[in-house]
Amino acid sequence: MRGFRLIALLLCLAALPLLAACGEDKAENKPAPQAAPAQAEPAAEPQAAPAQGAQGEDAKIGFIYVSPTGDAGWSYSHDVARKVIEEMPGVTTSFVESVPEGPDAERVILNMARKGFKAIFATSYGYMDSMEKVAKEFPEIAFMHCSGYKTGPNMTAYFGRMYEARYLSGMVAGAMSKTGKLGYAAAFPIPEVIRGINAFALGAQAVNPAAEVRVVWTKTWYDPAKEKEAAKSLLDVGCDVIAQHQDSPGPQEAAQERGVYSIGYHTDMTAFAPKAHLTAPIWNWTPFYKDAVEKILAGTWQHQALWPGLAEGTVDLAPFGEMVPQDVRDMVLAKKQEIVDGKYKVFTGPVFDQAGKQMVPDEQVAEDKDLLGMTWFVKGVVGTTE
Amino acid sequence: MEPPRWGSIFIFPVALGVSLGVSCLLLAAQGKSPALGLEVLWSGAFGAWYTVEDTLLKTVPIFLCSLGVAVTFRMQVWNIGAEGQFALGAVGATWAALTFANLPGALLLPLMFACAAAAGGAWAAVPAWLKLRLGINEIISTLMFNYIGILILEYLVYGPWKDAGSHGFPMTSQFVPAAVVGHFPGTRLHWGVALCVVCAVGLWVLLTRTRPGFELKASGESLRAARYARMPYNTLVLLVMALCGALAGWAGLLEASAVTGRLQPSLMVGYGFTAIVVAWLARLSPARIALFSFFLAALRVGAENLQLELGVPAAFGGIMEGLILLTVLAGQFFNGYRIRPGGAHR
Repeated sequence: MRGFRLIALLLCLAALPLLAACGEDKAENKPAPQAAPAQAEPAAEPQAAPAQGAQGEDAKIGFIYVSPTGDAGWSYSHDVARKVIEEMPGVTTSFVESVPEGPDAERVILNMARKGFKAIFATSYGYMDSMEKVAKEFPEIAFMHCSGYKTGPNMTAYFGRMYEARYLSGMVAGAMSKTGKLGYAAAFPIPEVIRGINAFALGAQAVNPAAEVRVVWTKTWYDPAKEKEAAKSLLDVGCDVIAQHQDSPGPQEAAQERGVYSIGYHTDMTAFAPKAHLTAPIWNWTPFYKDAVEKILAGTWQHQALWPGLAEGTVDLAPFGEMVPQDVRDMVLAKKQEIVDGKYKVFTGPVFDQAGKQMVPDEQVAEDKDLLGMTWFVKGVVGTTE
Repeated sequence: MEPPRWGSIFIFPVALGVSLGVSCLLLAAQGKSPALGLEVLWSGAFGAWYTVEDTLLKTVPIFLCSLGVAVTFRMQVWNIGAEGQFALGAVGATWAALTFANLPGALLLPLMFACAAAAGGAWAAVPAWLKLRLGINEIISTLMFNYIGILILEYLVYGPWKDAGSHGFPMTSQFVPAAVVGHFPGTRLHWGVALCVVCAVGLWVLLTRTRPGFELKASGESLRAARYARMPYNTLVLLVMALCGALAGWAGLLEASAVTGRLQPSLMVGYGFTAIVVAWLARLSPARIALFSFFLAALRVGAENLQLELGVPAAFGGIMEGLILLTVLAGQFFNGYRIRPGGAHR
């Protein structure tokens, strides 16, 4: 059967570039300097973890990431904080990256729990159910779940008020746009993303009431080519500032190639598009994670729902590009200070939806539970939430 | 298939040795101890009973999809649509679970299995019909049907089936207990493991002990001979495609019902594509498919432990997998042909 061998050969050939690509990838993703446990035997005991880390032994803290840490985006932002925790006395950290949000997550969380980890951080909303399940079996371990809403006696739900920084970036975009048309390459139609788009639109409208935000869904978290294409399609309809929610710098590059401006995300993306990058709403998990780990070590940690923002420094605005004029900087930084001081809150009424229905009454602020479950766009956003 | 050569027994151990050797070099290049790395890899997959359970759980969807794919390959029908059939199976089962949530488990579960098989089977039968009636290449059509199937699943969980209590996240509501495939008492293993055994035995009997099994093999070996012998080629193509769709559909059902307890887009992690690789590695034999899906599952589960204990990047697991596939396939290839120095011209 010649066909068999032929196909086997083809498969071999097809696998070659894949292998090469893997190799490159690895070279870029320098393995995170891990306190490679010199300990020979991972103590894998099926029983529940010891309540208190034995004397003299480091408390193990585990992290589960949905994407590779080398992506310069979401997982990278968490891993930056992990590396800081790693330096804390009495702490050893480990992580598993690229864990799909389905059935695999439960196994990874469970394995950390079985190995006696003291705390486990799961940083994607799809880990929520798995973590809740494991948390019930291991009451002594502190479970921290990012971007979901379920809590338990030993499970905290936390997230950052990224929408506050999004609002500020919207102000910058609104001020810098000539056409008043802003493009937004969005990831998935889930509340987190929708909330960000809305805050961005409200920020832009605070500067230019006629500003509109055009949304294209890529249904990806990291796909440079697709995300760049999405940005180009937005540029083709006349948008002159591009914002994004995904991890790749594709949209930034598209903006720079066409000579327009862009707003990054996750981390300062200036390096990818120095001529286009105005600023970026960015994550800074270090203070929050340090605080949580200190409390866990001290035994004062309590489960709760936490949603820190600009005031706590969990979210921030990246440095302005040099094309942003001083008056715009002053205006945005003044608003930032107001938010930090609690004098201004994003989603203060009146806020209208796309159809013109008033969703937040005058002078009132949208409640957190409504923000967490947001499924509608504000007025001035062009696109659907499906 | 041609009679096995004696060398074929040695291909796998040799290939495994070569690829593990290269992996060790890579580990050493990162400053990790290769011996410790292999030990951590092993203990992650087989170190304790519960890790064996994890490996078995991971084996189930790969095995079921691969079993189905292999049957179509035997007939030289190049069906690469198991991923889409998996999605539709999960959709079919979820439809039953949500629509008839009041039925007792004894009725609901069989109904879900029937719906998963019907939905997955129908999704595979359409490209088969297109092939037979219009001569459309099944490689292209089944590949495209994967994307359509996944999009149907996404449409449903983002739209009509979205749980009102999910805060807008794309997932259906939790299945009622009657719609959840149970576990072997005292373990995390669900009954899908038993289903795998039943399917494997059933398929073996079908392929080796029945008339359709013989016809299927004959049609795969030589279409013209089979036509000449008046074998029902068209019916057989539809049959094997629907069979594959049903098996992949059951894999989707088990992942949705037994593992996550709801339908969500993250169920789709590419088992349908892994299945094709496993089917080739196993050269389409059900027993070897069981072996190779278990082996691949062990590698994936073990590689997680490698990340956890040694801080090796996730890409390393992918590299190991690629190395093993490459060396095994290369070994099979070179075992089939002989290199004759200076013998280019006969």
